Amino acid sequence: MKQVHRKPEPYVSTTNACKLCKPLGACLAFRGIEGAVPFLHGSQGCATYMRRYIISHFREPMDIASSSLGEKHAVYGGGPNLKQGLKNVMSKYNVGMIGIATTCLTETIGDDVPTIVNEFRRDFVDEMEAHGSPALVRVSTPSYAGTHIEGFHATVKAVVDQLAEETEPHQGISLFPGFVSPADIRYLKEIIEDFGLQGTILPDISLTLDGPALKDYEKLPSGGTPICEIKAMGGSRAAIEFSRSLSAKYTAGGLLDQRFGVPLHSLGMPIGLRESDAFFEVLEGLSGREMPEKHALEQGRLIDAYVDGHKYIFDKRAIVYGEEDLVVGITGFLAEIGVRPVLCASGGRSGKFEQAIAQVAEGLLPEPPEVREGVDFFDIAEEAEALEPDLIIGNSKGYHLARKWGVPLIRVGFPIHDRFGGHRILHLGYRGAQSLLDTIVNTIIEAKQEHSPVGYSYI
Amino acid sequence: MKVWKIPAYMGIQAPKRQQVGQASCLSHQYSRAGPWPSLDLSFGGHGPPTWLNGVRTMTTQIFAERQDQIHRKGDQPFQMSCDKESLAGAVSQRACVFCGSRVVLYPIADALHLVHGPIGCAAYTWDIRGALSSGPALHRLSFSTDLQETDVIFGAEEKLYKALVELIDRHEPKAAFVYSTCIVGIIGDDLEAVSKRVEREKGIPVIPVQSEGFKGNKRAGYNAACKAMLRLIGTGDTSNVSELSVNILGDFNLAGEIWIIREYFERMGLEVVANITGDGRVDDIRRAHGAALNVVQCSGSTMDLAKMMEEEYGTPFMRVSYFGVEDMAESLYNVARFFADKDPEIMQRTADLVKSELTTLYPALEKYRRALSGKKAAIYVGGAFKAFSLVKAFRLLGMDVVLVGSQTGTEEDYRELHEITDEGTIIVDDSNPLELAAFLQEKDVDIFVGGVKERPIAYKLGVGFCDHNHERKEALEGFVGMLNFAKEVYSTVMSPVWRFVPRKGEGRSLRAPAPLRSVSNR
Repeated sequence: MKQVHRKPEPYVSTTNACKLCKPLGACLAFRGIEGAVPFLHGSQGCATYMRRYIISHFREPMDIASSSLGEKHAVYGGGPNLKQGLKNVMSKYNVGMIGIATTCLTETIGDDVPTIVNEFRRDFVDEMEAHGSPALVRVSTPSYAGTHIEGFHATVKAVVDQLAEETEPHQGISLFPGFVSPADIRYLKEIIEDFGLQGTILPDISLTLDGPALKDYEKLPSGGTPICEIKAMGGSRAAIEFSRSLSAKYTAGGLLDQRFGVPLHSLGMPIGLRESDAFFEVLEGLSGREMPEKHALEQGRLIDAYVDGHKYIFDKRAIVYGEEDLVVGITGFLAEIGVRPVLCASGGRSGKFEQAIAQVAEGLLPEPPEVREGVDFFDIAEEAEALEPDLIIGNSKGYHLARKWGVPLIRVGFPIHDRFGGHRILHLGYRGAQSLLDTIVNTIIEAKQEHSPVGYSYI
Repeated sequence: MKVWKIPAYMGIQAPKRQQVGQASCLSHQYSRAGPWPSLDLSFGGHGPPTWLNGVRTMTTQIFAERQDQIHRKGDQPFQMSCDKESLAGAVSQRACVFCGSRVVLYPIADALHLVHGPIGCAAYTWDIRGALSSGPALHRLSFSTDLQETDVIFGAEEKLYKALVELIDRHEPKAAFVYSTCIVGIIGDDLEAVSKRVEREKGIPVIPVQSEGFKGNKRAGYNAACKAMLRLIGTGDTSNVSELSVNILGDFNLAGEIWIIREYFERMGLEVVANITGDGRVDDIRRAHGAALNVVQCSGSTMDLAKMMEEEYGTPFMRVSYFGVEDMAESLYNVARFFADKDPEIMQRTADLVKSELTTLYPALEKYRRALSGKKAAIYVGGAFKAFSLVKAFRLLGMDVVLVGSQTGTEEDYRELHEITDEGTIIVDDSNPLELAAFLQEKDVDIFVGGVKERPIAYKLGVGFCDHNHERKEALEGFVGMLNFAKEVYSTVMSPVWRFVPRKGEGRSLRAPAPLRSVSNR
């Protein structure tokens, strides 16, 4: 394969980042655990900024506690504030777990969080017991090393690392879906149940970040992965993990495999037909059942829709950006439906992005898309203009490009700050592909209709 | 046709008081009935809440350490503690020093705003505020040095230098602000030295902003921003500035608000020299010292700059508010009075302006006032000064304010709130979601006014909400802003959706529509 464009020289500065910082991913992951309060060890602003950012997408309460470090703590160490903060969180929230993530400040001043937390456990035995001995899980998330997605995965791994125990083997499977929407998680649960399997999804934000209207304000939202199930993960009969961009040595699934010998099925995010097929095949194998009819029909309808919709979208040129695994999944899906991904970009730097894109698009594309790791929206814009895209697929942060070029933006992933219901977007499985396909086809039709001098009402 | 009588004090006779340069608050005369002809409107149905458990849980939601930051009017003499560091683990609604600086300087549209730090600080402040510009929009881009591990270990001065040069060459800004973040405060990069070097080479002002997140709270960030701007002021030519001129401080042109205010001042015959900082321009700020008066809104954010300018250039200042009818009118009159000696006609022009605005406003407001009268409101905002105006604006709509608080109010601010609110009102400093939720339940409010972080608290409880923060897309300042505010409040309070939320429990009066045909299950 011949690269048409040369990769541009990287700029020193970052303009309009296509990534977020590591502790944000940690907070999101912790939020998917039952009774957990995310706790940032750092200055107050980090927690507040991330709360605002997350709330704008999910439109749900998102409490993140902070050790609220001031100047003297930065000089003398943040330990006392961290301990006081943990005590306060325990006394006000009926916590099952406090998830402590560090920030660039506390990493740099050198606070030894594991030691501080151990001291806390030792010095506050009575308080801990009085509040039901909540789990204290800590994760190191310096913002200067990696993106929110690395923070997310590091946190899932830390939770498993610090909670999972050697237990009797059981029939449950452990599923690590990565950062997907509450709607996706609800659908995954349904699928697992339909196969007659018992599964634990970590993290599970399906209710904690998309809950019903309530009579009383819940200090902590209901839902989330039960801690007892995380503890029992060591006895799972299998684990499934969605990520083509991460090496298993950095993931929770890899850890279960290495420490407890739990067989790991490492899959891509099941976006589009083929990646979904791969997921369903694993479930068929694990359950010993054929695909339930409901899902077989959804698969069949999806292929039917591929056919019905193909002419509207064939050879349209798309730019896809965002988190690597999401971009990989979407790219594979676009390749299946005949849309041509011309640029795949991410702020992440896994080193495996290009290879993953090649895997999911294999046999489907006349030429591979340009693939860019570690880029920002300035880089994307610079390259994309010459590529003459027909549509852009990604989160809200690319809207300015869509507007500038007069090209539609199809919103997926996080954050979706300029539309309603972003957290209810379904990406995964046959059903997610169906919904994405309808959206893409209709978007293209709408653009054509809008720009048509005739104004067809029948297309 | 109904003839609208404009209340006397809103009309020609301007109120007396308010000395220039004195940071006293606005009117203390708040008649409960309001300036409006009283309307005979009874609003029943506000009996005791059906969900009293909020009251029961109330005491458990407040940290012992925070007891003295909460005051209930009527319980005891006013005494409140504030301006403290946030309590660890309490989920404060506050932000940090960086946030304070970023808010204030952000709207300067032809400057480069480079955040020196890891990516988060820049990413979370990318184009999030509706601070509009009538021209350049460089402020809407998010620039960062995106520090990596090696930068933290070896220092990042060279990276900062290169980033500045690269971005200045690319965008040709009129000036550059370089924001320090937590980590820069720890690794000790010399921002001052790098800035000087780039300033020399590029020939534009390059100004470091000492906004390390942990070095205080948002107020410290305001101060750092003011200090940064002071370095620009005094460097421009003021020879053609009129003696009838003002700078507008503390307005960020959210939803185009500063354009409304500028138009008022221009109708009064005043030249606006610099917008600080809404729709702001570097060259205007450089000649801001030529203005005859600084009018300062949002006391928290730019009051420091007003004081610095008074000290350095002798520019007097005046505190104003553009929210609500009373404060808007009074602010214009106070400004007019300041110039009355130089321009004897200005009082009349101002009175005409106020009169003409109110003549259209009052009839338009009537519909909303009629619907909203007697409803209960809760307020939790960043700065207390905005809360004063909101209390009065709600009063104009005939509504009761039962909770009012701020992230960064001073003791003087809270004393003022104590003065202007009714018995039983809760006044709170640096609150958190658990407290706010408990207060909303206890007071059974109809609407909560706050920012994005407060919205889900209200909505989860089935309470209406109005965004009065930096992300708002509706202009709420000026006379027209009062109408927009009424519409905003109306559009949430009057929505039918509250009739279905669980909070209304037994009070939910709507049954399912009768079926067309029903078959009994036997």
